Amino acid sequence: MTRKLLFALPVLLFAALGTYFTLALRPNYDPQALPSVLIDKPAPGFDLAALDDGARVATPGLSGQVTVVNFFASWCVPCRVEHPILMRLAEKEKLNLVGIAYKDRPEDARRLIVQLGDPYRRIGVDREGRTGFDFGVYGVPETYVIDKTGHIRKRFVGPLSPEVALKELIPLVRALEKS
Amino acid sequence: MKRLAILLLTSLLATTALAVEPAEKLADPALEARARVISQGLRCLVCRNESIDESHADLAHDVRVLLRERLVAGDTNPQAVAYIVARYGDFVLLEPPVKRSTYVLWLAPPVLLALGGLGALIAMRRQAGQAGPAPLSAEEGAQLAKLMQTDTPERPA
Repeated sequence: MTRKLLFALPVLLFAALGTYFTLALRPNYDPQALPSVLIDKPAPGFDLAALDDGARVATPGLSGQVTVVNFFASWCVPCRVEHPILMRLAEKEKLNLVGIAYKDRPEDARRLIVQLGDPYRRIGVDREGRTGFDFGVYGVPETYVIDKTGHIRKRFVGPLSPEVALKELIPLVRALEKS
Repeated sequence: MKRLAILLLTSLLATTALAVEPAEKLADPALEARARVISQGLRCLVCRNESIDESHADLAHDVRVLLRERLVAGDTNPQAVAYIVARYGDFVLLEPPVKRSTYVLWLAPPVLLALGGLGALIAMRRQAGQAGPAPLSAEEGAQLAKLMQTDTPERPA
């Protein structure tokens, strides 16, 4: 009996490894993905100078509406890739987008907005990257969905693709708006 | 020879180039030393397998500066580390903390080693327990003795 079990051992090991590899290779699985530690926690407070020199841009959520905070920079190439999608989200979906110009000179960020259009309701200037640090940003662009009570619900690292925007971001925002 | 030896020995003292820039360094050597120790254990999230002490990435620079600010503000080492972990998660620690979610990670190597050792032990015992080949019978002994007596014919050249 033990003998038979021993013969089955390699087969069992192969099955276990095979299962693991198959799971690791499934589409949309990103081993590099790093979930934010702030999920379901209150968004870090911030109080930033506005890019348009208007009223300061401060912590969202208090307004009782769902906010999508997007960290971007003029020096960031993927942000330019993402920009048309943000424009669509703002124009077609009327998302409440707040931009944070991460470690960028205000004049450069302003030029980007002039060149590519402005999808944001407000833009804050995070010159030193402090607010980014508080959010746990480790590269731009990063996008955070903040619910009505000011809690972070989701983080998207890297440029939003049309698929992700359509299948994940918009449904999430709509669901949060209803709750 | 002696010179070569000295050269070789001193080359052992060389370490990898460090990324800490002069402007980042704290005036207080004790605080700076603590900052160095902490930053050697913090992962640079851009390069993933380098500590922020070794990395030249902008983010590593920022975290080094923020870490030093916390130390100057009077944080203890664990407080300063907790400040960074609160933002970037346990993944920034190059040595994963021992907690429920990492038990498998920490316990798997010793458990596997113990299992392997147990297997080896059982296999060795089994081998030791097995009797050697049966002794020669009287007839076989006589045959062997006869073979040993006869000269081996020389190989043809």
